[in-house]
Amino acid sequence: MPFSAQPPASGERCALSASLDNARHLSSLLRAVHFQDYATCLATASGLRVTVEDAKCIQANAFIQAEIFQEFSVQEESVMFRISLSVLLDCLTIFGSSSLPGASTALRMCYRGYGYPLMLFLEEGGVVTVCKINTQEPEELLDFDFCSTKVVNKIILQSEGLREAFAELDMTSEVLQITMSPDKPYFRLSTFGNAGSAHLDYPRDSDLMEAFHCNQTQTNRYKISLLKPSTKALALSCKVSIRTDAQGFLSLQYMIRNEDGQICFVEYYCCPDEDITEAEL
Amino acid sequence: MKCVIAGGNVKVLGRAVHSLSRIGDELYLEPTESGLSFRAVNSSRSAFASFLFAPLFFQLYEPGSAGPDTELFRCKVHMKSFLGVFRSLPSLEKSVGKCLILLKPRASRLVLQLHCKYGVTKTHNLAFQECERLQAVFDTQRCASRLCAPARLLAEAVVHFPPTLAEVTLGTGPGGKISLRNYVEDEAELSKTMVTELWLAEDEFQSVAVAPGSHITFCLKEFRGLLSFAEASNLPLTIHFDEPGRPVIFTLDDTVLEVHLVLATLSDTESSSQSPSTNGVSHLPAPSDDFADDLESYMAAMETSEGCSEGPPSPTFSLHIPRPAKSKPEEEEEEEEEEEEEGAVPGTPPHKRFRSLFFGSVMTPGRPGPATTQEVLAEDSDGES
Repeated sequence: MPFSAQPPASGERCALSASLDNARHLSSLLRAVHFQDYATCLATASGLRVTVEDAKCIQANAFIQAEIFQEFSVQEESVMFRISLSVLLDCLTIFGSSSLPGASTALRMCYRGYGYPLMLFLEEGGVVTVCKINTQEPEELLDFDFCSTKVVNKIILQSEGLREAFAELDMTSEVLQITMSPDKPYFRLSTFGNAGSAHLDYPRDSDLMEAFHCNQTQTNRYKISLLKPSTKALALSCKVSIRTDAQGFLSLQYMIRNEDGQICFVEYYCCPDEDITEAEL
Repeated sequence: MKCVIAGGNVKVLGRAVHSLSRIGDELYLEPTESGLSFRAVNSSRSAFASFLFAPLFFQLYEPGSAGPDTELFRCKVHMKSFLGVFRSLPSLEKSVGKCLILLKPRASRLVLQLHCKYGVTKTHNLAFQECERLQAVFDTQRCASRLCAPARLLAEAVVHFPPTLAEVTLGTGPGGKISLRNYVEDEAELSKTMVTELWLAEDEFQSVAVAPGSHITFCLKEFRGLLSFAEASNLPLTIHFDEPGRPVIFTLDDTVLEVHLVLATLSDTESSSQSPSTNGVSHLPAPSDDFADDLESYMAAMETSEGCSEGPPSPTFSLHIPRPAKSKPEEEEEEEEEEEEEGAVPGTPPHKRFRSLFFGSVMTPGRPGPATTQEVLAEDSDGES
């Protein structure tokens, strides 16, 4: 049910203020990118983007567009801050994380600006919790410079076909090797672990394949420990688009439908791994 | 070797692998003319299991060709690696249509390929090691007692025991009743021990042919693996047993599958005065043909026996070496040993009184030592002793 909280004291305007009837619409997406403690939040008129990075090689972004919120207003052109994602998630799920139909946590979010903490007002069943989370100076984010014109190979798969594969990836392998090609094996995921090598092949005419645009045979290797967290996003999504550019940079975009049927996106970008020596086939 | 398993049989194969994974760390694969055999043995050599899939189990079965001097190829694979392919049984059932197992003559990898829904193919290339035949020596014909029961009955009985329980005693009682009781070590403090005992009526079994007053104690953990396989396949389980100290053999039979689980049993020290021949090592009098010279296996057997008498072999002992239906009771030899494979003194077997299973154990006390009577049929290619 809609929640109307106390407005900030003395009528001061918030740089960012938003309200959401069901906090899960936010928390589930944030979980899909939660592989590091800290995240950078960027709020613009179009919505909220939460970015997590690791090792200067991988970046994940969760997009919650303004339309998802019941109220969303940003006073300046953009508002950016760094915050503990672990703490933010703990607060958003303070009433428990089980998803019972009918019971949902309502959220009101308020950020007064640079140097101020992020205020959260959470309500469920008449119980209100107020959280104040300290914010930090935002750090510079990686720019993968990935745009559609530079894409060499692209496929769109139904997530159902990849979920199990990702969950069962041989983690004794250092790399996940991705092969995309206009010829056989079309799309192949390979690992090289203690047991031996394993290859997962998806043919271009598979029912799972929604789109197949591969122009060039490319084989790239990525550190498996960096990509493994994307399994969470995959689990939530219904479709995933896999793209590579000429340098082998990987873009994974997950289309996620929330409980109300609204669409949100999570994307992962990853650099190819140059250090790994020639893997056996 | 090339074989294809289709449809529901893929899950059966997966279950067999899960069952074998409860026994040992390595999976032995042996293609024969009568089918593909999967085997495992535990590190203390007190448990051995084999699943023999007949050619009819497969959609396609090509064991490969044996040359005039070579036998059909055998290999062993790390159990964890093989199990990884069949890890999730529900997903095997849901999405795998076919499984291909391929071993090309000079290939360095065993190929397991799963053909799944939506045209997806999962190919696993597993490292393997060549090995000699793994075969425990046992003969169900020589067992005095036999019980046959639906797996469900035993599964329901076993559920009463805690999952951590190591050993259980199966016994026959008055009125033809069969008992199951958790085994309590002598050293255990009786005031702090809980004893669970259950009795099953004769009519719950499909057949009962037991020597009265007999009982055996065996390791429950290894049995549970077979039990869950039996339950899932809805096959009746037959238990062949004899005196304490002699192995208990569990069998499952089907038109396309033969399963054996052989477990060592605890030897009864009380019975030692009555039948010296059964005390300690199970004797396999030196046969005139095959001769196994694995001194280590013998040493392990001797060391784990307590108070083994050095008397002459009992006249009640048959001098005929038991021959399991299809294979010769050859000694297991391995090339490229890893330390733990050495039969040697396998650390301390989990229960000192469990005998090392007979892999063609040579010696009978009282006979001249191995040095003089040894007749090696097949030399190790490496010339190891």
